[in-house]
Amino acid sequence: MKIIVVGCGKIGTHIVAMLTHEGHDVVVVDRDPVVIDSLTNIYDVMGVCGGGADCEILKEAGVDKAELFIAAAGSDELNMLSCFMAKKMGAAHTIARIRNPQYNDKSLNFMRENLGLAMAINPELLAAHEIFNILKLPAAVKLESFSRRHFEMIELKIKDNSPLVGGRIADIRNRFSAEFIICAVHRGCVTHIPDGNFVLQSGDKIAIAAAHLQIQKMLKEMGIIHKEAKNVMILGGSRMAIYLAKMLTSVGNNVKIIEKKESVCEELCEALPKAVIVHGDGASQELLLEEGLHQMDAFVSLTGMDEENILMSIFAMSNKVPKVISKVNSDELAPIAGSLGLDCLASPKKSISDVVIRYARALKNSIGSNIETLYTFMDGSIEAIEFNVKADSKLVGIPICKLNIKKGILIAGILRNRKPKIPTGNDVFIPGDRVIIIAADMHLNGFQDIVGQPIKRDEV
Amino acid sequence: MNYKMVVSMTGLILRLEAALLVLPTVIALIYRESTIVSFLITIGITLGIGIVIKLLCKTDNSIVYAKDGFVIVTLSWLCLSAFGALPFFISGEIPSYVDAFFETVSGFTTTGASILKDVEVLSKSIQFWRSFTHWIGGMGIIVLVMAIFPTSSGRSMHIMRAEMPGPIVGKLVPRVKNTAKILYLIYIALTLMQIVLLTLGDMNLVESIVHSFGTAGTGGFGIMSDSIGSYSAYSQWVIAIFMLIFGINFNLFYLILIGRVKNVLKSEELHAYIGIVVFSIAAICMNVYHMYSGFSEALRHTTFQVSSIMTTTGFATTDFNTWPSFSKAILLVLMFIGGCAGSTAGGLKVSRIVLIIKIIANNIRKVLNPRAVGSVRFEGKMLDETTRRGISNYLSLYFVLFFLMFLVVSLDRFDFETNFSAVAACFNNIGPGFSVVGPTGSFADYSVLSKFTLSAAMLLGRLELYPLLIMFLPTTWRRAKNVV
Repeated sequence: MKIIVVGCGKIGTHIVAMLTHEGHDVVVVDRDPVVIDSLTNIYDVMGVCGGGADCEILKEAGVDKAELFIAAAGSDELNMLSCFMAKKMGAAHTIARIRNPQYNDKSLNFMRENLGLAMAINPELLAAHEIFNILKLPAAVKLESFSRRHFEMIELKIKDNSPLVGGRIADIRNRFSAEFIICAVHRGCVTHIPDGNFVLQSGDKIAIAAAHLQIQKMLKEMGIIHKEAKNVMILGGSRMAIYLAKMLTSVGNNVKIIEKKESVCEELCEALPKAVIVHGDGASQELLLEEGLHQMDAFVSLTGMDEENILMSIFAMSNKVPKVISKVNSDELAPIAGSLGLDCLASPKKSISDVVIRYARALKNSIGSNIETLYTFMDGSIEAIEFNVKADSKLVGIPICKLNIKKGILIAGILRNRKPKIPTGNDVFIPGDRVIIIAADMHLNGFQDIVGQPIKRDEV
Repeated sequence: MNYKMVVSMTGLILRLEAALLVLPTVIALIYRESTIVSFLITIGITLGIGIVIKLLCKTDNSIVYAKDGFVIVTLSWLCLSAFGALPFFISGEIPSYVDAFFETVSGFTTTGASILKDVEVLSKSIQFWRSFTHWIGGMGIIVLVMAIFPTSSGRSMHIMRAEMPGPIVGKLVPRVKNTAKILYLIYIALTLMQIVLLTLGDMNLVESIVHSFGTAGTGGFGIMSDSIGSYSAYSQWVIAIFMLIFGINFNLFYLILIGRVKNVLKSEELHAYIGIVVFSIAAICMNVYHMYSGFSEALRHTTFQVSSIMTTTGFATTDFNTWPSFSKAILLVLMFIGGCAGSTAGGLKVSRIVLIIKIIANNIRKVLNPRAVGSVRFEGKMLDETTRRGISNYLSLYFVLFFLMFLVVSLDRFDFETNFSAVAACFNNIGPGFSVVGPTGSFADYSVLSKFTLSAAMLLGRLELYPLLIMFLPTTWRRAKNVV
């Protein structure tokens, strides 16, 4: 599929990397010849140097034949303008990155309709949402929900004193009354889809899928104290901080934001009447202690500097703050932060990737979009996809154990009539089901891709 | 250095060469020639080594940087030539391996310089393989690999760039693989067109194929001692026109195919190319008019020689050694200019010449108005400082290397004109030079040292200097220490 990406900063580059990995034909447009040069050297893409709202440049990039046009430049207005132009010039679908909070309220729908945008993406808002989800369930490293929260998937790190240590997957299922399924285990640098004989160790990162209510039950049985983070300290008054603080204060949590710049502090005050805004240097440990770091349930570091975020998060951890989340944008620094003990990292560009991949896959799928949701776990090595089973699907009505399901695929859950269910071999898919599939190192475009060979009816 | 990737890529090239060798083997089978044994032995050797490499060398890391790209391309070309020389050597048609190597390098680099005094005694299959190397080398073996095999690495552009001629190498479509495919399809289509047109004249099928291969790669190996001289005027015109076509940037053909003819007509490089050709034909035609029996004959020979030298092919219909010095001087200048960037031709490339003239003009303007902010535009685009510096650098390096090699070759006992034109003809991938190495002569009497120097000159010219040169830098071979 032909895709044009305009504006290749951090977000744009990440999108380009993912889309080429998915096997699309990508053309990148950027004003800076150096950026174009390095991108065409690293990825198999074609580069066009020029402005994203320039007719000639867009024509050169082949906008009339593009199936997807993504504007991810720094300026919201430029993105909207170039998407508008691309749409008029023949691009089939357009996605604009719009991140200014001012556009992200009621006016967003109006603009989306009138500019013909297929989607407006806001990486900061998405990342803030992810952090918000985690703060509600601080035991998890990552939490995503499917089918309007009926089904959830969480990523946990197994601590030394956890009852899971040394347990076989098959035994664990019998030991707990809660219904859940361990979908993936990340140990060292490798991600496994475990079978019944897999033994868990301390330090493993596991992904668990379960119904919303079962998750709470499970965590209780595992002895993990489930306590919502009520008092949150946020470092840095970035856009992400504003979105996050808005969400937190709206559910009644206490938020304290520490920001260096006085002018930004004033803006924050105006935008967030319920939050406490502190003017001061977040890098000063004295200040953090004075502002009550010890009483906080969670510490979220969202400054523009990855290094500062990592260092201050380590400081917060050493002060026994129960949950520490830091924003790390750079791919190089993320593993280093992980090795220093920071297991919970947020990054706007990672959050956006799931959304764009899902959209691109749905477009590519000729049968029509039956991907409902797509999340990546374990640094992108595992995908969790929610499919909608259509009536004409070949897989309908066959017991799961008789399907020739590919290696590296796990059926984690079925939602039937809004009731979540962990499937067994005797279950069958029926039209209208929503199925949650876990796939390792595979790009599933449609529901039918989970089986290797086409199934013949008469065999069953 | 990503050694594993380099070695496995070389293995792939060898397996591909084994596959390509099947074609001359079939020719040998058809003509029932004894050379078939030498082809089969060569296929066995290349395939054997290729498979051993495939079995032993597992690449876990396919990341290729610019440096690795250069090394891969150079090694591939060296292996290709070293093994491609085996059929000549084993069959005994060229008894000395050094000569066979020279001939093969000359073939793959589309030079067309020959150490053979009499081509006509060669067996048909050997003649075919000789010309087929032109066709493979013309568009490039790496481009062929890119077009056929799936590449896992996104960084393959580094490899492609090392092989494609011209100062700026872009892509036609987003994927390297598809770009390579399009280039090869255009190449094949044009070659087929020429084969058909030639069979309509006085050539039989095999002759047309062999000459089309020589034209398409802008190589110049023929099967007659007097090159194309004994064929009909029709065949000569067809070859002359196709030589000019293969000297044009292939990107322009793609633009025509997708209907952007306007962009093609605006191409500055094409304008300059046509201008130079027309001017040279006119000038030489007036100069040599008295030597031929009529205007049409003079025009035919001039056009043929000009397009042959300009596109660095090296076919000839007449012995231009006998032409007056003014005409020879024009031909010598054309040798250095060469064809367009992104074509199968060699030489400095028209775009580089146009650019360097513009850069010089800009610098002179700066002398007159020191504060003026000058810009250099090419094909409607501003040229950045890096490209400008790259071109000046290339030109300086080109002449330094040229004179170094000229010095080495001058150790032989030939006259100045022969040595100078021999180096120029090899370095620019043309083939025949003047005097002893002229269209009717050969490189046979050069010493072994000179033959190696000239082989190096041909590879340097085809791969555009840098890839071969960085092989001599010790840092290139430094092994990465803490590889995970």
